[in-house]
Amino acid sequence: MRASDIRELKIVIVDESPIRSLILQEGLREAGFTQVERIGEMHNLLKQIYAIDPDVILIDLENPSRDTLEQMFQVSRAVRRPIAMFVDQSDADSIQASVDAGVSAYIVDGLKKERIKSILDLCVSRFKAFSKLQDDLERAKSDLEERKTIERAKGILMKAKKLSEEDAYKLMRGAAMRENKKIIEIARSVITAAEMFK
Amino acid sequence: MTGEAHVKIGFIPLVDAAALLIATHKGFAKAEGLDVELIREVSWANVRDKLAIGRFDAAHLLAPMAVASTLGLGHVRVPLIAPINLAMNGNAIAVSTALHAELAAESEVAHPAQTARALAKLVARRRAEGREPLTFGMTFPFSMHNYQLRFWMAEGGIDPDEDLRLIVLPPPYMVENLARGQLDGFCVGAPWSSVAVDAGVGVILHFGCEIFARAPEKVLALRESVADDDPNLVAALLRALHKGAAFVDDPQNLDEVSQMLSRPEYVGVDAEIIRRVLTGHLRIKAREERADADYLIISKDGAMRPDPWQAEWIYAQMLRWGQTRYSSEMADRAKGVLRPDLFDAAIDRAHSQREIGAFAGPSLDGRNYADYLEGFAIGQRV
Repeated sequence: MRASDIRELKIVIVDESPIRSLILQEGLREAGFTQVERIGEMHNLLKQIYAIDPDVILIDLENPSRDTLEQMFQVSRAVRRPIAMFVDQSDADSIQASVDAGVSAYIVDGLKKERIKSILDLCVSRFKAFSKLQDDLERAKSDLEERKTIERAKGILMKAKKLSEEDAYKLMRGAAMRENKKIIEIARSVITAAEMFK
Repeated sequence: MTGEAHVKIGFIPLVDAAALLIATHKGFAKAEGLDVELIREVSWANVRDKLAIGRFDAAHLLAPMAVASTLGLGHVRVPLIAPINLAMNGNAIAVSTALHAELAAESEVAHPAQTARALAKLVARRRAEGREPLTFGMTFPFSMHNYQLRFWMAEGGIDPDEDLRLIVLPPPYMVENLARGQLDGFCVGAPWSSVAVDAGVGVILHFGCEIFARAPEKVLALRESVADDDPNLVAALLRALHKGAAFVDDPQNLDEVSQMLSRPEYVGVDAEIIRRVLTGHLRIKAREERADADYLIISKDGAMRPDPWQAEWIYAQMLRWGQTRYSSEMADRAKGVLRPDLFDAAIDRAHSQREIGAFAGPSLDGRNYADYLEGFAIGQRV
């Protein structure tokens, strides 16, 4: 290993998602790793990696180019420095945790595994944070959509039945309770029906 | 088994997963009491890892990868077993239209021995002219694609580790790289060579079966422990796959199977391309077709029954290309991956198997590894 201090390790993140790699990059910088680079374009991946010549490679599991990295285990002319997959054989949890989080780590062969364990742990937690963020975003988006749908249905009822906003809402809520449905489902039916009557 | 057993199976979107996809889609698995959940994956490394840690109960896997995992090559050692073959052959070697023109100017391009010699001449000329070496793509180090390319080139006198570049690329990127001139040729499974031909950027030079007549391509792999713990589950799975394969191979079902496999959640390419693959009628370049009934074999002539000699032969390819060093213990372990005993227990039928067969070189049959490898000018020796 060239780096005497673990923080001098050169880390490459292979990830097509700019936001996720930013989150990871930030985490690694906060932990004191200064040499972190991202490859977001998979074209000529090995060439790009050799140009950076990293000690650690992190790749997301949705990336088909993961198989390209597997080639670096092989001893051949195409490969300059042998790379190994980061797995702690004594600890099946590490590979499980990383697969579940959706990330995989490769290290230069010979690098002491316990020394880079912290990098993988950080990776796992940042990947998890990213997917939670994504879930939250999705949820917020669908909440917003639902609210819009209910508003629209309310407007239709107010106009058709000359109701106040509150009464229109009560009418839908009452129907939802009677039919054991969600209010959003009633709202959607109202919109569908209104479109048919147009 | 009581009730329905939930089984998670990983696969890569390729036509040679047909038996598995159809067994699930057409309800053959359900009829055996299996609730199969298919999970489409993007890389072989993902399939291997998820199988290893138990996120998958079984997987559509490259036959050499099942051997590599069991031997601990390139990764942690995870003993796998393959109680059934999902496909023989199905690959093709395609080259860019430019390289094809160069080869054709050199010699006839019908027999692999001719094309390999022509390629060797081009390689030598490029070197003499100080040009960049040729680059060929394949899908994984432990794959038949890798061994087919190497075997073919080496017969022409090319050392694939010295004379040109062999790189791993995901199949969907191959066509694009060929078009951009980053790649001069590749060996991939169906349908990707056909996609390159249809896009007008590549020419199919050889079917995989022209290199090896009957090469073990994909297996259904399980962790050794799963097979030991639940033999009934394995038997049910094998029966379902066997029925799925019979459905695929029935000519009456060709349209239905092609349509089904073309769905985005399965292989996701045009049904017409899948149809050509299944019948072995491939367009090899504009206005030229080639047909070979052995292009892709699913269940014909007892192909599904795994045989330990197939694993021995795979181990010999690994030795030849320096992926591992010989040891009698490893050789035995490799042999143990393919499990005809489980197949025979589940499927009560008589089966025949033939020698793998290559267009050149010695046969492994009746020879030890050292003698076999002595028979090649290029490659490692025991």
